[in-house]
Amino acid sequence: MGQAYSTIAFDPAKCDGCGKCMTACASVKFDSTDTTRSLIQIVRSGGARIEPPRPGEFELALCRQCADPKCVTVCPAGALGKNGTTGVIDWDASKCVDCLLCTIGCTYAGIALDEHSGRVSKCDTCEGKPACVPACPTGALRHITTARIYNEVGSWEDLFAPGLAGCQGCNTELLMRHALRRVGPDTVLATPPGCVPGMGSVGFNGTTGTKVPVFHPLLTNTASMLAGVKRQYERVGRKVTAMAIAGDGGASDVGFQSLSGAAERGERILFMVVDNEGYMNTGMQRSSCTPYGAWTSTTPIGAHGRGKTQDAKNLPMIMVNHRCEYVATASTAYMEDLYEKLDKALAASERGFAYLHVYSPCTTGWRFQSALNIEVARKAVESNFVTLWEYTPEAGLHFTRPVDKPLPVADYLKAMGRFRHLSPEQVEHIQNKVAENLRFVRKIAEQADEQ
Amino acid sequence: MHTTDYLIAGSSHAALEAINAIRMHDGDGSITVVTRDPHRPYSPTVLPYVVSGRSTPERVFLRDDDFFTANKVDYRSGCALAGLDPAAHQARLADGSTIGYRKLLLATGASPIVPPIPGIERVDYHVLRTLDDATRLRAAMAASKNAVVLGAGLVGMHAAENLVKAGASVTIVEMSKQLTSGYFDEVAAGMIEQAFLGNGAKIRTGHRVVGLEPSADGATLKLDNGDTIPTDLLLVAVGVRPELGYLDGSGIATERGILVDDTMRTSAEDVWSAGDCAQARGFFTGTPVMNAILPDATLQGRIAGMAMAEDPGLKPYAGGLPLNTYHFFGRHAISVGSAAVPEGGRAQVRFDAASGRYLRAVFDRDERLTGIFGVNEFFDAGVMAQLILRRTDLGPLRERFFAQPLATGRELMSQLWR
Ligand SMILES: Cc1cc2nc3c(=O)[nH]c(=O)nc-3n(C[C@H](O)[C@H](O)[C@H](O)COP(=O)(O)OP(=O)(O)OC[C@H]3O[C@@H](n4cnc5c(N)ncnc54)[C@H](O)[C@@H]3O)c2cc1C
Ligand code: SF4
Ligand code: SF4
Repeated sequence: MGQAYSTIAFDPAKCDGCGKCMTACASVKFDSTDTTRSLIQIVRSGGARIEPPRPGEFELALCRQCADPKCVTVCPAGALGKNGTTGVIDWDASKCVDCLLCTIGCTYAGIALDEHSGRVSKCDTCEGKPACVPACPTGALRHITTARIYNEVGSWEDLFAPGLAGCQGCNTELLMRHALRRVGPDTVLATPPGCVPGMGSVGFNGTTGTKVPVFHPLLTNTASMLAGVKRQYERVGRKVTAMAIAGDGGASDVGFQSLSGAAERGERILFMVVDNEGYMNTGMQRSSCTPYGAWTSTTPIGAHGRGKTQDAKNLPMIMVNHRCEYVATASTAYMEDLYEKLDKALAASERGFAYLHVYSPCTTGWRFQSALNIEVARKAVESNFVTLWEYTPEAGLHFTRPVDKPLPVADYLKAMGRFRHLSPEQVEHIQNKVAENLRFVRKIAEQADEQ
Repeated sequence: MHTTDYLIAGSSHAALEAINAIRMHDGDGSITVVTRDPHRPYSPTVLPYVVSGRSTPERVFLRDDDFFTANKVDYRSGCALAGLDPAAHQARLADGSTIGYRKLLLATGASPIVPPIPGIERVDYHVLRTLDDATRLRAAMAASKNAVVLGAGLVGMHAAENLVKAGASVTIVEMSKQLTSGYFDEVAAGMIEQAFLGNGAKIRTGHRVVGLEPSADGATLKLDNGDTIPTDLLLVAVGVRPELGYLDGSGIATERGILVDDTMRTSAEDVWSAGDCAQARGFFTGTPVMNAILPDATLQGRIAGMAMAEDPGLKPYAGGLPLNTYHFFGRHAISVGSAAVPEGGRAQVRFDAASGRYLRAVFDRDERLTGIFGVNEFFDAGVMAQLILRRTDLGPLRERFFAQPLATGRELMSQLWR
């Protein structure tokens, strides 16, 4: 398994060109107030000459700590090299002969001449604590440390069989492998009919697709069967995690009775819902989680049909109303957030019912290019089409990724084919629904704040 | 007979990049490297710094034995290629043995040209291309009082500066009217010349050496105007050319170098070539040119390796671009692209005598950058090269670009290939 690394991310939409990152860098690296010496350079873009400058007019020149670093390949002195532990391209001042060839090799202006010292200089990410990031007042710079998760998880055992029969670009494999790696080998897994068994959790040709005991309950009885299995293990004194990975159809429609019952009884299980907003595995029929206006094979587009005519059920909020031990929503576009929630859900499932609802775009059923899954997932959050939060009975509900300036929901809808037919009125309906949903969840969050 | 999937001749930049590219796509195919040099891989470009003492022979190696073990590369130094039979997929080595290959890369670089000056075979002279050359030159430099550098290209000029700093009296003899021609324009060359003169070097441009005689100290040069110059250290640095002797009888097409297409494939089946020995498409001319520079050697080596491993990610060569950086007496000079003004295009020049900053930029008739040259004016050469290769229309930005090539280049970069 390869190594993943932390990185500094830049959001041009948030940068207002204040230059505080450059001040911080020049000061930390050279004890200087001269921002031209900073290793991070904010440059005005597009020849914009509007005063005062506005966000969106700035670009970044900063070493990207390339995986395929051209600066390294052209250095004749062996002075540059990728550090296998940190991922940083290290510069060895004692080997460098100041030939400047690296500035020819790099096409990103990531290594440049520092005219004061006459030597090249480049960002070294301040030994993993970049000084520029906390200096940024707008949040345009972020230090992304998600890599830690991949490295850590990569060293745990993969409990799914290699190779899965999922659609190209589906993020459910990511979810299944990560979640199972995290909960570990002492797990009994329930995967009711849906994409997860379709991908192979229940196996092929008489062998299971997982390295833990897995069973295939009916859509209707997943939570009750799993509760029984867990109780039996408790009775014989064995500590196991009882986990379900179910689709939204299996959880919010036919499986809802057993889910609600198990939650109400406080069964000690971890119930993860992979919400792709429909019965995708069986040919993309609508479910109660399918949003208004969406095309599915049972809400077709034609002379009369304009997609689904009802709004989606907000299943995670319904679970909050069961006062479960833990309820959270998550997205694969925000893995750090998802991981924190998975950890908390796992811990909560020792005490009572833990419910994790993961929004999971479906390349095939939602009709977008297979490379865009994470992008679509991110837009769903950025437009507030879905919101990321967590709930415990003690602390109440809190947003974990509040969105200050949401994208218009149309930006999200445009990212996929299932909404292509929408009329302006339908888009407006959805935008209003987004606002209403947000108001509703916010109210509950505010109540928690008042406590 | 030893056989191998990939046979690579040469162990420098082009060869090393090819190994990386092959291993990126093919983790198992056997790789054998045969190289004439007795050492581990190093760069000829670092040698001037070995001569000056800035670096040392032990510290210049680009790969260690672990690299070859980890990448499963059979590395054979002191083992030169001597002949080829492409039809039989066999290579003959200098020691008479034969290696069978599935695919072959010729990355044997170039060697210094030794001009046919009458008497040259009777005098002791230096060249600078290998680590052993550098060690020998460094030793000779310590004792030299009267050095002559033949050829005012970058290799010669760099060596001349080292000799000046080591305390020798140095004369640079150059056939053409200008120093560093082909790299820098007249103004930049004039600045370089002033710096050398100011530091006590003598410069004899526009002169040819017509004879060499051994003397008690070393040699005496005779110039075409009859002048004689005595010397105790003669460095010949008039340019390089690939040694292609091992191709005799192989039928592989050559001109000034080994002719290759845009995937570095030669005229023979399963034989590729990259680096200083290859003659590949020039970006401006579209015809095969020699572009013997390090960045191009790495790029061509990468392409050749990908082609040999049949990596589907291969993007064909866009053509070679001249790219050079050069330091002289504390100043730096950078040249990117072509100095010639294309038809209908224009050159813009600014010079600030006080700071010694000089900038020349060349644009074609469509306001696209074709070359940029600076002395003491830093810009990101890699970004400039991309602007040229992408044929970026600078249009309304041209004036600002010329005033601030660093900032404007970065701005364009962020928009075009961030
Ligand atoms: C002093 C000096 C300074 C330079 N400065 C610069 C600079 O500042 N910028 C720049 O861009 N370029 C510079 N160059 C040029 C640059 O070093 C070359 O372009 C680059 O090294 C070419 O790489 P290559 O792999 O093609 O070949 P080379 O580096 O020439 O290596 C050729 C390899 O082939 C091996 N070989 C040769 N013949 C045989 C044979 N018959 N069989 C097997 N192996 C063989 C050699 O041992 C060597 O390993 C400089 C060169 C010199 C000499
Ligand atoms: S200096 Fe440039 S080439 Fe090197 S790692 Fe940084 S961005 Fe990549
Ligand atoms: S300036 Fe230093 S780091 Fe850059 S290529 Fe030259 S020797 Fe390597």
